[in-house]
Amino acid sequence: MQNPQYNQQMEFFIDMQRCIGCHACEMACAECETNGQESMIHIHYVERAVSVQTTVQVCMHCEDPVCANVCPADAITKDDFGVVHTANTSRCIGCSNCVLACPFGVPKKEEKAELMMKCNMCYDRTSAGKKPMCATVCPSQALFYGTREEIEKLRPNSTPVNKFLFGQEQVNTKVNIMMPKGSTELRIHE
Amino acid sequence: MAKLPTSVDSIIEQYGPHKGYTPKEGFHGVHDPDKLVKTHCCFCGMQCGIQLKVKDNKVVGFEPWMEFPFNEGRLCPKGVQRYLQNNHPDRLLHPIRRVEGKGFEQTSWEEAMSKTVSEIQRIQNIHGRDAFAMLSGVSLTNEKSYMVGKFARVALKTANLDYNGRLCMVSAGAGNKKAFGLDRISNTWEDLKHAEVIIIAGTNISETFPTLTHYIWQARDNGAKLIVVDPRVTPIARTADLHLPVRPGGDSALFGAMLKILVDNDWLDHDFIDNYTSGFQESIDAVKDYDLAWAEEKTGIPAAKIQQAAEWWGKAKTSFLLHARGIEHHSKGVDNVLSCINLVLATGRIGRPYCGYGTITGQGNGQGGREHGHKCDQLPGNRDITNPEHRKYIADVWGIDEKDMPGKGLSAYEIIEAIHRGEIKGLITICFNPLVSLPNNNFVREALEKLEYYVAIDFFLNETARHADLILPGSLHEEEEGTVTTAEGRVVKINQAVTPPSEARKDSDILIELAQRLGAGDKFAYFKAEDVFNELRVASKGGTADYFGITYEKIEKNMGIFWPCPSEDHPGTPRLWEDKKFRTPDGKAHFNPVPYREPSEVVDKEYPVVMTTGRVVSQYLSGSQTRRIGKLVDQYPEPLLEIHPKLAYQYGIKDGDQVTVKTRRGEAIFPAQIVETIREDTVFIPYHWGGKQSANQLTIGTLDPVSKIPEFKVCACQLIPTGKMASVKIKETAYQSF
Repeated sequence: MQNPQYNQQMEFFIDMQRCIGCHACEMACAECETNGQESMIHIHYVERAVSVQTTVQVCMHCEDPVCANVCPADAITKDDFGVVHTANTSRCIGCSNCVLACPFGVPKKEEKAELMMKCNMCYDRTSAGKKPMCATVCPSQALFYGTREEIEKLRPNSTPVNKFLFGQEQVNTKVNIMMPKGSTELRIHE
Repeated sequence: MAKLPTSVDSIIEQYGPHKGYTPKEGFHGVHDPDKLVKTHCCFCGMQCGIQLKVKDNKVVGFEPWMEFPFNEGRLCPKGVQRYLQNNHPDRLLHPIRRVEGKGFEQTSWEEAMSKTVSEIQRIQNIHGRDAFAMLSGVSLTNEKSYMVGKFARVALKTANLDYNGRLCMVSAGAGNKKAFGLDRISNTWEDLKHAEVIIIAGTNISETFPTLTHYIWQARDNGAKLIVVDPRVTPIARTADLHLPVRPGGDSALFGAMLKILVDNDWLDHDFIDNYTSGFQESIDAVKDYDLAWAEEKTGIPAAKIQQAAEWWGKAKTSFLLHARGIEHHSKGVDNVLSCINLVLATGRIGRPYCGYGTITGQGNGQGGREHGHKCDQLPGNRDITNPEHRKYIADVWGIDEKDMPGKGLSAYEIIEAIHRGEIKGLITICFNPLVSLPNNNFVREALEKLEYYVAIDFFLNETARHADLILPGSLHEEEEGTVTTAEGRVVKINQAVTPPSEARKDSDILIELAQRLGAGDKFAYFKAEDVFNELRVASKGGTADYFGITYEKIEKNMGIFWPCPSEDHPGTPRLWEDKKFRTPDGKAHFNPVPYREPSEVVDKEYPVVMTTGRVVSQYLSGSQTRRIGKLVDQYPEPLLEIHPKLAYQYGIKDGDQVTVKTRRGEAIFPAQIVETIREDTVFIPYHWGGKQSANQLTIGTLDPVSKIPEFKVCACQLIPTGKMASVKIKETAYQSF
């Protein structure tokens, strides 16, 4: 899997305040040959009745991925670059353990294929020095792929956060959420 | 021509719209394309760079074009899906002709051409040359726009040529010509990034120009304050520093009151006003009574917010003001534009880095297409068809006698009105779908039914063309080489990716053959698009929109050239007015007094609710292209009536209820979407659909007296709850325009 073009400094950043809910990311993601016209990233209104705010749901690529830990078939693996890969088709038994375990609610079971599918950070593109498709097309750059140094320079009013606290449980991820300046963590449940 | 030749169901069954999807495994060849063609998106005025994947002369996918400087690979959902048209099952592949009772049947090019020419000649012989009109559109390249202008004047010899930019940028164009003597945004988008204060008025940027959003955010990263003027909380308004929820029609009251605040506080650039402008005193006299209390009443915006906006604007060192159709689609569209320009001139922030002003041009070639002569009052280079010198210059370029050149004709909506009156008997359209895009479209339908002969050039059978006698299958954006001019005035190259499929032809080949058959073939001896462009360069030379120094080679080498570019050694002009020499007769920028006027239809007891229209992110204009792309349709399948919960409560309307919206022109039923993101006195309906779901059945056809733009953005309506819930069947079929 070693590829000289894969730049380990590159990270993925999501800035919900910039998301305009256009769904370009979903449509571009679906173009990938392994996705069969299904998107691995999802945009939802938070509550359309009161706001046009949308939110982005995509694999956060956890440092210690629960989805992989609970997989009875060892179908989900994390590689040396921190990318958590979609279920290996020859191993996945479609049990949905990962679907139930993921704290971010990301993996989806493709019922027809009896197979879990999720984002693998466009490994085909990122390993060739390109950006993932969603972050490439995102017209507002709510999805940004680059180095931490770059984003801190470009967006001085926000701070990338990749530490999430679910009650007592701490989850660190490869994907960052842009938070108000000075933030260090995102508490999901008190 | 007459009513539909057969039932609408049977026309839709054969010609769509049908929803096109990419197969799960992708189109054949997507993973090993024969070539990647660098070109641009076919939709809005941003003209994002994109690479199309081509296999076996079919467009099978796309790859982002990272190097194109404006968008660096970024695209909106329409851009991602734009490649689905060339391969689409609805694509017209042969000329088809109307057969009464049957619908349409295939015919030969020979028959189609000879019939069209004989009908043109018959109608013109009996009723005069101007009785045959032409309507064009600005999805066409500069070359085709230029050729249409010449075709109508030299081959068809009619004065009655106009274009769908009449529904788009004409208020801005007229305002800019009055104030600056030239019609183009003053700065490139790059200058947005360092503006301290940005006002965007009547422009739903994140849905209609999504890729421009990134530039706004870059400015905000650099500390810019964003002020959004819009009756709705659009996605860009949601996070703005200041949202001014203007009542539709109140724009010039807002800008007039802001001008008064600038004057009262002396937030003015006296040096600029004294030395480089005229008309200041008359302009401030016109607003002297527009105090905050008056403005709050007229605009519905809290006075404190108006004061805040004026203060930020007044004290800024750099700024950018952008507007679009939201303030331009009015019977006082030009006034609204001029009232914005007054704010820019009063503070002198133009012609400098990070100080800009402009309209955000809507259509793909809305900029170039409005410069080179397919407007009723215009000749190439943005020349005036009523100016004897301009006429003489262009007549010489075309090799005709100036006396043979028709004069100023009717504007687009006036052409429809003249058809309705029986004065115009024949029509040729290209790239225009007036039955969906014009206001009060029941009237438009009546007009179409009176035509003796109607021929449409298009690649899909749009809703208007369903009424045609003959449809000539033309070409998609990717099927012909040419140039377009983006909203920032950058002339870019459209590269041909594939040849038109089957018997479909390039639009330019269709026009050339018609010109030949009309006896003007010698004036249309072009062998390739570049020949047309080179003639356009000469025709534009010395005009305000001067392209003379732009060549295909130069465009490709520089990824676009900004006009004016008067000579081949000239680099182009990204930023206008740095020399403060404006293109008006006196060389000064002109203030224009803007006394406030009410919209042409205001609410009353009978029609108590304000209605406005606009767009959604997944659809484009009349939807002729985007209502055929499956995922774009699925994202927003049918027009919804956006209504505030307080107004909904007043009428007992619940979310998802079907509501009849009625105006003095028509009525239609839409499901209610109850949202707090709209003014309490206003409802919004997007206009991309035809048939029973068409919002333009309700809109008003009042025109701006100067620009002749219709007042799409404000009228008065009634709301009548039907007591029924939204219908799944209507939702699933709305895209087809029953």
